[in-house]
Amino acid sequence: MERSIFVTGAAGEGIQTIGDVVARCFLVHGYPVFSTQEFESRIRGGNSSVRLRVSEEARNAPCTTADLLLALNPVAREHYADALHSDGLLISSDTPTDGGNHVEVPFVSLATEHGGQEIYANAVAAGALCAAVGLPFSVLEAVLASAFAARGEETVRANVAAARAGFDCAGSALGGRAPAETPKRDASYAYASAHEAIPLAAAAAGCRFISAYPMSPSTGIITAFTRDADLGVFAEQAEDEIAAINMALGASAAGARAMTATSGGGFALMAEGISLAGMIETPIVILLAQRPGPATGLPTRTAQEDLLFAIRAGHGEFPRAVLAPSDPQEAIELTVRAFDLADRYQTPVILLTDQYLADSRFSLERLMLPAKIPAAHLADPTDFTDYARYAPTESGISPRLAFGQGDHVVCLDSDEHTPEGHITEDLRVTRPAAVAKRLEKERHLRSEIRPPSSERIDDAERMLIGWGSTKGAIAEAVDRLRSEGRKVGALHFAELWPLPSLDPPKGAQLWTVEGNATGQFAQLLRSQLGWSIEGTIGRSDGLPIDAQFILERMS
Amino acid sequence: MTTIDNYRTNVENQWCPGCPNFGIQTALKRTLAELGLAPHEVCLVSGIGQAAKLPHYVRANVFNGLHGRAIPAAIGVHVANPALKTIVTSGDGDLYGEGGNHLLHAFRRNPDITVVVHDNRIYALTKGQGSPTTPRGEKTRLQFDGVEIDPAQMLATAIVHGCTFVARGFAGDIEGLAEILQRGIAHRGLALIDVIQPCITWGRQPIAWYRERIVPIPEDHDPTDRDRAIGLALDAVDSFPIGVLYEIPSGPTFAASYRDRVGNRPLHELERLDRPTIEEKLDRFIVRT
Ligand SMILES: Cc1ncc(C[n+]2csc(CCOP(=O)(O)OP(=O)(O)O)c2C)c(N)n1
Ligand code: SF4
Ligand SMILES: [Mg+2]
Repeated sequence: MERSIFVTGAAGEGIQTIGDVVARCFLVHGYPVFSTQEFESRIRGGNSSVRLRVSEEARNAPCTTADLLLALNPVAREHYADALHSDGLLISSDTPTDGGNHVEVPFVSLATEHGGQEIYANAVAAGALCAAVGLPFSVLEAVLASAFAARGEETVRANVAAARAGFDCAGSALGGRAPAETPKRDASYAYASAHEAIPLAAAAAGCRFISAYPMSPSTGIITAFTRDADLGVFAEQAEDEIAAINMALGASAAGARAMTATSGGGFALMAEGISLAGMIETPIVILLAQRPGPATGLPTRTAQEDLLFAIRAGHGEFPRAVLAPSDPQEAIELTVRAFDLADRYQTPVILLTDQYLADSRFSLERLMLPAKIPAAHLADPTDFTDYARYAPTESGISPRLAFGQGDHVVCLDSDEHTPEGHITEDLRVTRPAAVAKRLEKERHLRSEIRPPSSERIDDAERMLIGWGSTKGAIAEAVDRLRSEGRKVGALHFAELWPLPSLDPPKGAQLWTVEGNATGQFAQLLRSQLGWSIEGTIGRSDGLPIDAQFILERMS
Repeated sequence: MTTIDNYRTNVENQWCPGCPNFGIQTALKRTLAELGLAPHEVCLVSGIGQAAKLPHYVRANVFNGLHGRAIPAAIGVHVANPALKTIVTSGDGDLYGEGGNHLLHAFRRNPDITVVVHDNRIYALTKGQGSPTTPRGEKTRLQFDGVEIDPAQMLATAIVHGCTFVARGFAGDIEGLAEILQRGIAHRGLALIDVIQPCITWGRQPIAWYRERIVPIPEDHDPTDRDRAIGLALDAVDSFPIGVLYEIPSGPTFAASYRDRVGNRPLHELERLDRPTIEEKLDRFIVRT
């Protein structure tokens, strides 16, 4: 069984609620769901969709066509009509002129009649969807009861009544076309987005401070901390992104594990602060949730356009790590790792996500913390009689004390500085030593960076190379190509910088698959590793890369 | 016992001999000693400029960050370790110009820090361009025909935005300045101290010109009188009223509710959240009814 369901409508009409309720119905019934959201940067109107992909084995990758399309209004019905399979089913409140496989459900009038208010139109729609996919009404009833429990019995009753009306209306309209009841499976799944998982991982890693300025698609990160005070993380909405990163660096210098989160435009404002972190050797984790640029670009869409920017942002030369997770579980692992690397190398670490990872929910068996969460790496003040913050060492990493640890004074300086942290212009000895120290740290950091994961590479004649959020789509493309007998494999990078030297896979033609127009990762593989890359399958229309998109460009 | 000697550093001083910045340095050391603060209990935060070099010349913890960004860095330091006395010492260009937005919002946040502005009405380190406090008409090394816009009124702005301690000092009066610094540092909540610090290299007027125009604020001034304080703040054209213009008891300071929750401790001393707490939260993503 595999189903793809598009719930479509205007901003403010409640498609998120409908999508979420139906997703939860499938999940409690034992089916994994993958959902993506696609919407315009507006509060009311426009066209938006929630897309559910339901299967027996989790398929955590986007699908672009629907076998069931629910349209809350005629504009959405027309806008998304092309996405519906020719034999797919349309549920809408009006009847399209061209007929087709269609069920008419008057969402609003059923809502007022059975729920008492128009707002229950969402419940009517969820009821109609459940009828159309063969989910028993009892499942929907239970999901509604738990979803609305906090709002009181009357709300639950009205929702259930409206849902029942939608369920019955669609059921009788379907008549003989109604599907058989979907059997219950004995399975359960964690259903979450990467951005929902990251704050918990950060708290587990000891993060105590976040300052950020709202910007889609990163805003959910700081909000998760203000919503859940139990996480014990101080969260401040800064006056701008420059303040955000400098506050976090102040906190980090005083011993708090600190982070910030932003998107491209805000990250651009942070560039000087990133350089400062490199210079004063103060740990910080920066989450960069990408969206298409340049400038304001497409605020609510997805892209992988900021890879080279993340690697290069900040003037001067200093070490940094750039990590890009592909799903919520990997996001947890890389978040913990980001804090650890930032702390051990005393340098900025950038977590590269995107709107797709922010807003898509994956089904995974469970979300787990890494087996070991490294402790903080502050030095012990009793180890020193005289303390120098940038004392020379073989690895370039100096023991770090925070302000106020013991009775030492700790001096950090954004100017070039002596080992004691004081401003210097000694170009003969101090400056060369300081440059070498920072680059020595990069050398050690590089040796820790993990190689890509690989899939079916042994006999591959063509290799698809991806990074970050595209992993699921590429894996699906490889599966489908293999089933057609084509010898295709995949390499996927989660740790992008500093790239350690790595031999190219032998005998295969190499293509990168990326959410940008210029093949940024291909450029990196060529320039850093000397790989010869045939070309790039790039997407830059603001939508996530999906398997079909790859297949069409492979033929 | 802490004496002024505890604050000595052997860092080579880069200021021009005779610069009033030395007066601010001395007044600050004296104040810290009088308050009985050991160097490791103090964190000096600055941006970039001549003034911003001060932290290198006073032994203490130092965060000498980016031009204009001392305030957010100081706020971060203060939240992460409220036990430290966090003091910003930087220039008028740094705090009122490049970092003006941060200062504006710092008044609203009211962190328990002290902000000392070395106000020489010029960008000194970059060799004499106009600063936000350069008077209209004054010729500079960039505005050759004179500055064509009015100076910023940051002390009045501070009062309007709820800053609870606003003072003006004179770098040529070490004694008087030390007194103001002591009151400002002891004040709970953000204290803004603008220090008139004539630049003897790029400034248009010599120290003596300022000295003639320095006047103590009227003895009968009630520092809780907001309107009068705003008047005194604005009244710095032909003479400069020196002293505490405005002081009222502060309400809750920045991050107070968080500090209460974590027991008022430095954040690096807090234990990690235990694993089961997070694991339990992660398991809540598992969908069941
Ligand atoms: C982002 C950035 N822009 C510009 C500069 C150059 N710069 C250094 S100090 C300074 C002005 C300093 O003026 P002020 O803060 O009044 O300090 P003063 O030297 O007068 O004490 C400028 C513009 C810089 N360091 N960083
Ligand atoms: S340039 Fe002006 S402010 Fe700077 S040290 Fe010299 S006199 Fe002082
Ligand atoms: Mg100045």
